[in-house]
Amino acid sequence: MSAPILVCRGLTKRFPGVVALDGVDFCARGGEVHALMGENGAGKSTLIKALTGVHPRDAGQAEVDGRPVHPRSPREAEAAGISTVYQEVNLIPDLSVAENICLGRQRTRLGFIRWGDARTRARAALARLGLELDVERTLSECSIAVQQLVAIARATDIDARVLILDEPTSSLDAGEVAQLFAVVRRLRDQGLAIVFVSHFLDQVYALADRITVLRNGRLVGEFPVAELPRLQLVAHMMGRSVDEVEALRHRERPAAAPGEPLLSTRGLTRRHAVLPLDLELRRGEVLGLGGLLGSGRTEVARLLFGLDRADAGETRLEGRPVSFHSPADAMRAGLALTPEDRKTQAILPNLTVRENLVVALQARRGLWKQIPRAEQDRLVADFTRALGIKTSGPEQLIRNLSGGNQQKVILARWLATEPRLLILDEPTRGIDVGAQADIERLLAKLRDEGLAIVFICADTAELSRNSQRIAVLRDHAKVAELTGSDVNEQAVMRAIARETAA
Amino acid sequence: MNLAKFRPSARLWPVLASLGVLILLYAGGCLLFENFGSLRVLINLFGDNAFLGVAAVGATFVILSGGIDLSVGAVVAFTGVLIASLIGHGQPPLLAIGLALGFGAGFGALMGALIHLYALPPFLVTLGGMFLARGLAFVVHPESLSIDHPFYGEFISQTLSVPVSRRLAIPFTAFALIAVVLAGAALARWSRFGRNVLALGSSESSARLMGVPIGSTKILVYTLGGFLSALGGVVATFYMQSGNPASFVGLELDAIAAAVIGGTLLRGGVGYIPGTLVGVLILGLIQTLVIFQGTLNSWWTRIAVGGLLFVFIVLQQLTARRRVG
Ligand SMILES: Nc1ncnc2c1ncn2[C@@H]1O[C@H](COP(=O)(O)OP(=O)(O)OP(=O)(O)O)[C@@H](O)[C@H]1O
Ligand SMILES: [Mg+2]
Repeated sequence: MSAPILVCRGLTKRFPGVVALDGVDFCARGGEVHALMGENGAGKSTLIKALTGVHPRDAGQAEVDGRPVHPRSPREAEAAGISTVYQEVNLIPDLSVAENICLGRQRTRLGFIRWGDARTRARAALARLGLELDVERTLSECSIAVQQLVAIARATDIDARVLILDEPTSSLDAGEVAQLFAVVRRLRDQGLAIVFVSHFLDQVYALADRITVLRNGRLVGEFPVAELPRLQLVAHMMGRSVDEVEALRHRERPAAAPGEPLLSTRGLTRRHAVLPLDLELRRGEVLGLGGLLGSGRTEVARLLFGLDRADAGETRLEGRPVSFHSPADAMRAGLALTPEDRKTQAILPNLTVRENLVVALQARRGLWKQIPRAEQDRLVADFTRALGIKTSGPEQLIRNLSGGNQQKVILARWLATEPRLLILDEPTRGIDVGAQADIERLLAKLRDEGLAIVFICADTAELSRNSQRIAVLRDHAKVAELTGSDVNEQAVMRAIARETAA
Repeated sequence: MNLAKFRPSARLWPVLASLGVLILLYAGGCLLFENFGSLRVLINLFGDNAFLGVAAVGATFVILSGGIDLSVGAVVAFTGVLIASLIGHGQPPLLAIGLALGFGAGFGALMGALIHLYALPPFLVTLGGMFLARGLAFVVHPESLSIDHPFYGEFISQTLSVPVSRRLAIPFTAFALIAVVLAGAALARWSRFGRNVLALGSSESSARLMGVPIGSTKILVYTLGGFLSALGGVVATFYMQSGNPASFVGLELDAIAAAVIGGTLLRGGVGYIPGTLVGVLILGLIQTLVIFQGTLNSWWTRIAVGGLLFVFIVLQQLTARRRVG
């Protein structure tokens, strides 16, 4: 066994109303990847933040290479040898890519920043992740995936003893994940201790040497990967027995009941975003949108929902031509969209869980018809139960929820409007396995109740599991539409790859 | 820089637009009025607006950091009276100026510390600072006080000015303005502090997680703002040869307007120091035009500035909205 680099003992962190971390011991060894697992709200991010000085800890010690460390800010943590990619992209939107990688560590000559050097370093750091892009671009102009890679490039650009990655792959596609893993393995082989948080079990089993499981802020245990089968891991995370988890897993896939068309597009086009697109969305059906990142899936969603304006083509709702000039129009027609980038496009961080949940419904009803408080409370209660949202109460600020639980509130916000057509852009990103199953079950239920659903998902297995029909996009155009028995992972992959290979 | 490769980013458009407005105003003035194009008008444009420009550079830094400084005008006025009064009491001018600058920096640091340590809104803290400095100015001396000292009479206005012809000289204040703008631009673009200020203004929570020293950056940026306000006050005494506690009311709003017209976003994180100079010159040119016109009420300056502000805010909103999918 290799030598421990990062050792924590009895880490404790209380927030008003919750003990987010309760006397947790944790140890990361050099030359190993250590996965930190747990359900949404289990305390993974809190452990990381208590360690790196974002949150002052209430109790406990930490050591790096045997030296006690007690950082009071991320800056001090970095100086102590801990480099961190926090959950959600935490970069500066208005600065360039190069600057986001070098901020705070720019080399200077006579006090002047050497921009050339910064650009070279940024390019090199990105190249290690297999990414080549104009490093002078403003960060906010880059896709979420690129932003996530930039954050990782920044974290790997310094000499550190410990590298912490909190859900670094939530927005990456398979190729990018592979590049990242190559880099992580190389750093591991150089002797770094790596802490990895993810809800993708495949990734955890591909990368990790050891797993620590947290539940409700408490340590469940530390296990070598080889001795912890998946089912057992999930059972530990959920606090149930293996048999119970097994029983949860086997649920038959309900047959699709084909409904009438609700919304259809012909030749819908937007320059640089969507090439002429014909789509038909039917009641009681989940239409999956597959394709690589950047293939135009999000752009299609934005176009359907009236966030962007089409240049050409027509949209019909129940046979009548419609054109949505704004999301408000789309909402009035019974559409709903949960966006991909929840941090900047969905969360109202300074409002409570209740306010975040009712805001879309309130907008739909009209601003002057205040939803009665009793109804609001009932909605919150219903959805927290249905989706298993973990909060200390409806009046908790949403920004204090764990990332996965924020995602669930956003989903609830749109479900509360009782839409006819629901567009979900990566709805299960950052959500734990248990909750993911809950959400999939909920989707099936809504579908059977007659909702038309557009489901965007980068994970081909998840996509084919939940869709009755799949439209595959490539380079902003629909290249295939799969139905019936063609709705399976291999067919999706083949459709994505077909013309790329040719 | 490779000019062939030069393609202005969306963020630069507002600055280029205001540069265009500046050139149009100047060309328009030259066409409409005889003598408008003379060197004298140009030199006065810089000299007359130097104190505003210097203070506006400070205000721009504060805005870039995501804050606001409402105490600018009051600090400028206070500095002027303090200097006039100290010199009037027989103190050497350089000592008076040094004390005034020290006061400005200290005053800014105090406001910055309050904002940071108690997480107070900058608007309220600097509003308090405005009342405080204005009140203190009246305590120092209740009315206008002229400065009568060879250092001011000869050294600043003659020795330190650069003659271009027999009856025309570039005043020292114009050089001070250019120097402050260049130094400010370099600080914003090439120093770690400057970049930290922009990061802070763009996203404070991210900046913290990226290791930007939030507290010291915040305190320093208000210190710089206070210092440059005081320096603006010093430059104003060179120009007016007096100090007046009731003067420069609302100067902070001119400074903010100049920054915004110059392409700085009021929400912070985006902006250019040279843009602020352009903004100041536009304000100055509008005033000059109104004076040349002769019959217009001087309030037309305000009306024009107001209209221009609307145009630029809309322009910024439009360029900011552009999004790459
Ligand atoms: N700033 C805060 N104020 C109050 N409560 C907080 C704060 N941050 C986290 N919490 C609470 O602490 C608990 C643990 O949250 P944490 O973010 O560590 O979960 P997590 O394991 O990272 O979950 P996820 O997988 O969803 O990211 C949650 O119940 C959350 O609501
Ligand atoms: Mg988390």
